[in-house]
Amino acid sequence: MSLTVGTQGGGAPDAAAPGSVPLPGGQPPLVRIRNLHFSRGDRKIFSGLDIDIPRGKITAIMGPSGTGKTTLLKLIGGQLRPDRGSVEVDGQNVHRLNTVELYRLRMRMGMLFQSGALLTDLNVFENVAFPLREHTRLNESMLRKLVLLKLEAVGLRGARDLMPSELSGGMARRVALARAIALDPMMIMYDEPFTGQDPISMGVLVKLIRQLNDAAGLTSIVVSHDVEETCAIADLLYVISDGRVVESGDPKALQESGSEWTRQFMHGLPDGPVPFHYPAPPLQADLFEETP
Amino acid sequence: MTGAFAKLGRFGIDSVRHLGRASILLLRILGSLGEVVRRPRLLVEQLFSVGVLTVLIIAVSGLFVGMVLSLQGYYILSQFAAEATLGVMVAASLVRELGPVVTALLFAGRAGSALTAEIGLMKATEQLSGLEMMAVDPVRRVLTPRFLAGFISMPLLAALFSALGILGGWFVGVGLLGVDDGAWWGQMQARIDWNEDLVNGVIKSLVFGFACVWIAIFQGYNSVPTSAGVSGATTRTVVHSSLAVLALDFALTALMFD
Repeated sequence: MSLTVGTQGGGAPDAAAPGSVPLPGGQPPLVRIRNLHFSRGDRKIFSGLDIDIPRGKITAIMGPSGTGKTTLLKLIGGQLRPDRGSVEVDGQNVHRLNTVELYRLRMRMGMLFQSGALLTDLNVFENVAFPLREHTRLNESMLRKLVLLKLEAVGLRGARDLMPSELSGGMARRVALARAIALDPMMIMYDEPFTGQDPISMGVLVKLIRQLNDAAGLTSIVVSHDVEETCAIADLLYVISDGRVVESGDPKALQESGSEWTRQFMHGLPDGPVPFHYPAPPLQADLFEETP
Repeated sequence: MTGAFAKLGRFGIDSVRHLGRASILLLRILGSLGEVVRRPRLLVEQLFSVGVLTVLIIAVSGLFVGMVLSLQGYYILSQFAAEATLGVMVAASLVRELGPVVTALLFAGRAGSALTAEIGLMKATEQLSGLEMMAVDPVRRVLTPRFLAGFISMPLLAALFSALGILGGWFVGVGLLGVDDGAWWGQMQARIDWNEDLVNGVIKSLVFGFACVWIAIFQGYNSVPTSAGVSGATTRTVVHSSLAVLALDFALTALMFD
């Protein structure tokens, strides 16, 4: 996989975008983001973002906290509208779809939220059964079998009767994962799947994401700032900062990147292009200056 | 001075914006009523949570309000030797005013705040976003059944409040203070009018229920998804609902009993 460095220009919608990477077998990407601009109030989150998510791979999107990684997933899922630019999923421009078309597309997407987002008044079984009950007319026996198979895939068949409040953080995410794959989607988006997990839960989640992706032929998008775990499973990595792709390519290549910024992020260095100190006047001036 | 005008202007713009968003949400809810018809189980669950769980506070309050009314009424009416009309006074006060109004205030405090907190917490814990990403419309699946359950529950709860209030008043008036039993019920039967009193009371409770549940659901759905945000939204639900009920009561009373 090649390495693309320093993408600071906004791309035209159909041009070979700076953030794009060569895709295997010349297949069109499952998700194509071009010249994406998005702001919250006066704060610019994205200013000309270009990203391609290849089919059948695990693509990681990394960057410091507050760079808009979760916002990007919401833009891909059509929960937010961009100020400018386009997000195409499987050839469909997400933000030009009407509600029915958007919901039809979402049935082919799964999303694992950072909190799990399990419905707290339903037990584990009913949470996983929820999308099946809403979107299919399966009889109770078939539905039960499907739910148990999905729970088996995440190792929680035995926890089917527990309520969400009785689950640990790692278990809640695994149940949410079982729910996300209930309708056999074409892709899954993972929002910070490793945050706050103990080493065992982290290992389980890393293994599950890889296994599910390969076994079910999914396309996975992992948004995270946990460098080690993400690099262990990602086929392709995008590093974003200041609303743009800073670098993209193979995770191993990025770890040895010549870019100072990428090196600081990938190796967790406390000081560098991202300074340790928040902008402030010199300490001496602050300490000895008379306060008005 | 300019700052004060700017603040006033900002308040005006924010108020209009909120009203607009609340109206759009209401239209979406009304447009989704078909879902509840197709899946009545959703409504039944919410009728239990919004209506049945509010019965106790309504029943106890109704009983005591009726008892107090009867006591106060007796002391005044007995000065004019008009104790026989005590039943009419208690029933008219309850059916026309206190039943719908006090029930709505209690409903806003018990069920309205619970609705806001539940919806706000669902938003804060990304459950509503999760539904959207599962291609399930949260307005259709979560808000509409709650709205309809609140709207249906209010007149029933107000009727219960008035009925138990009359019984409480009867217990004090007839049982403790010695008002004639026949006069109590007979006067009530003769003087309480079906349209003027009962139907108007039901209309009031329907309007109050609509307002309370609309405010509660909008505040929850529009809340800032933090603990402080949900807490603020819950408080606003109780305050706005109470003020709306009292203002609407004045307007409706002026129209109905002109």
